[in-house]
Amino acid sequence: MSERTPVPIGTAESAFDRRRRLFGVMFAWLCGAATLVGVAALVVLLVDVLIDGLPRLDVQLLTSFASRFPERAGVRAALAGSIWLLVLTAVISFPVSVAAAIYLEEYAPKGWITKVIQTNIANLAGVPSIVYGILGLALFVRAMGLDRSILSGALTLSLLVMPVIIMASQEAIRAVPPTIREAAYGLGATRWQVVSYQVLPMAFPGILTGTILALSRAVGETAPLILVGAVGFVAFTPRGIMDQFTVLPLQIYSWISRPQDEFRELAAAGIIVLLLLLLTMNAAAIILRNRALARR
Amino acid sequence: MATVYGIDLGGRGPALQARGLSVYYGEKHAVQNVDLEIPANQVVALIGPSGCGKSTLLRCFNRMNDLVKTARVDGTVDFHGQNLYASGIDPVEVRRRIGMVFQKPNPFPKSIYDNVAFGPRMNGLDGDLDATVEESLRRAALWDEVSDRLDDSAYALSGGQQQRLCIARTLAVKPEIVLMDEPASALDPIATQRIEELIYELKRDYTIVIVTHNMQQAARISDYTAFLYMGQLIEYGPTETIFTNPREKRTEDYVTGRFG
Ligand SMILES: Nc1ncnc2c1ncn2[C@@H]1O[C@H](COP(=O)(O)OP(=O)(O)OP(=O)(O)O)[C@@H](O)[C@H]1O
Ligand SMILES: [Mg+2]
Repeated sequence: MSERTPVPIGTAESAFDRRRRLFGVMFAWLCGAATLVGVAALVVLLVDVLIDGLPRLDVQLLTSFASRFPERAGVRAALAGSIWLLVLTAVISFPVSVAAAIYLEEYAPKGWITKVIQTNIANLAGVPSIVYGILGLALFVRAMGLDRSILSGALTLSLLVMPVIIMASQEAIRAVPPTIREAAYGLGATRWQVVSYQVLPMAFPGILTGTILALSRAVGETAPLILVGAVGFVAFTPRGIMDQFTVLPLQIYSWISRPQDEFRELAAAGIIVLLLLLLTMNAAAIILRNRALARR
Repeated sequence: MATVYGIDLGGRGPALQARGLSVYYGEKHAVQNVDLEIPANQVVALIGPSGCGKSTLLRCFNRMNDLVKTARVDGTVDFHGQNLYASGIDPVEVRRRIGMVFQKPNPFPKSIYDNVAFGPRMNGLDGDLDATVEESLRRAALWDEVSDRLDDSAYALSGGQQQRLCIARTLAVKPEIVLMDEPASALDPIATQRIEELIYELKRDYTIVIVTHNMQQAARISDYTAFLYMGQLIEYGPTETIFTNPREKRTEDYVTGRFG
């Protein structure tokens, strides 16, 4: 039997121990630096926009329509258009995408057809948005005769965001532990009951996050909307889904492309409004998600 | 007259009867051509070394293997004279009438109450739900510990409490047969004893098939014991015979702990 000399903790660090400790510290710093790059870029952008735009950010900006005179111009039509489009896009794309995700995860037979569909959805998520604009122009505006309406825009944006929402929802559904499904099936629940009472509630926070991210991208889209007929100068707020419309990014773009400095400030103020809209959306998502998580 | 291995069952007949049962996971032949009769209102223990196919066999009895994409089941399991694997049999009804407690506790991320109430609700049995929940929790020896916090999350319970919750949840559906996969492996001796008493009591109304690694437990609670080894049913008979006078050398080695 061999004697063991007692060694206090922390006194016998080998070269290997030192190396892995050092590596750990370096890794943490590297990740921190990477985070900083993103945050720094965001801060610079924000400060720049705030300096230019804050002086112009007032109630008048929100209540006025576009105008040739910068001091009288506002984002009213564009903000209303963006919100209309956002809500309508969410209403169209969310149920369809979630249903598609449920089908693909829970019902679809695991054959080659499903694989082909799956691959196509992944590919669609990577198609440039302008291509969706062309499709929207041909399909919704022309073939279906929906004209240059909010509905055409929302349908086009729905096509754009659906692949992303479907994939995020599938991911969230897949993350529900199989033991939960087993437990529910084992108690004599039908597939529909397992999905609606157990799987969906558990997947909901993830689905919500994916949806909000996708919709945030949609709110910032310009190119496909120009194709389906959003115009830079609209002097009324839409009353229905068949009305003409403009959106914030387009309004901002049309102001930035003017030579006068006043319009550049106006554009900066418009960007702040757009950012606030995005922040509100994300806050709503976080609240909804926390509420869903708290119900466990 | 129905008999199992020469033992008179008093005309009760088998609750489950497996014939030529085989399960494949892809190429792997996990359960091989098993014939097994589960007498009604008795406790049958499945024993055998880890990986020998006990869970797989148990899951055949309520068609849980349907949920495993790679699994394929051959052979028949008769329940009230009907083959559970015949076409036209709805696995949902099978699972309602033949309940299961899983090897690892798997409560839903919901309140304690909702966990127990889930089965009755899904099956439209919610007559007096409160009473059903209380009775089920009492039978699973959990009521005293949770009666004042039924609205707490089931995840806040300890592992052993979660397992008893899962037992209560299964009982709440009032199945005819209860399949238990090592229900006591995460429990302390006191809770284990309560579960064993519960099993003894349940016998009056239910048929029970239980997987266990604990030889003393199998000897204490079961009327019949089946010894499985590498996917094959080596020996099956009255528990006393299996433990005191088995026919097979391998059975004797296993139950006496000389297996190796
Ligand atoms: N889903 C699966 N896919 C592939 N093989 C599996 C699967 N489940 C089980 N097996 C294999 O089938 C065999 C029997 O497994 P089973 O879970 O029935 O064993 P067990 O007797 O319950 O073991 P334990 O006592 O450890 O729970 C094992 O060799 C296992 O590796
Ligand atoms: Mg097992």
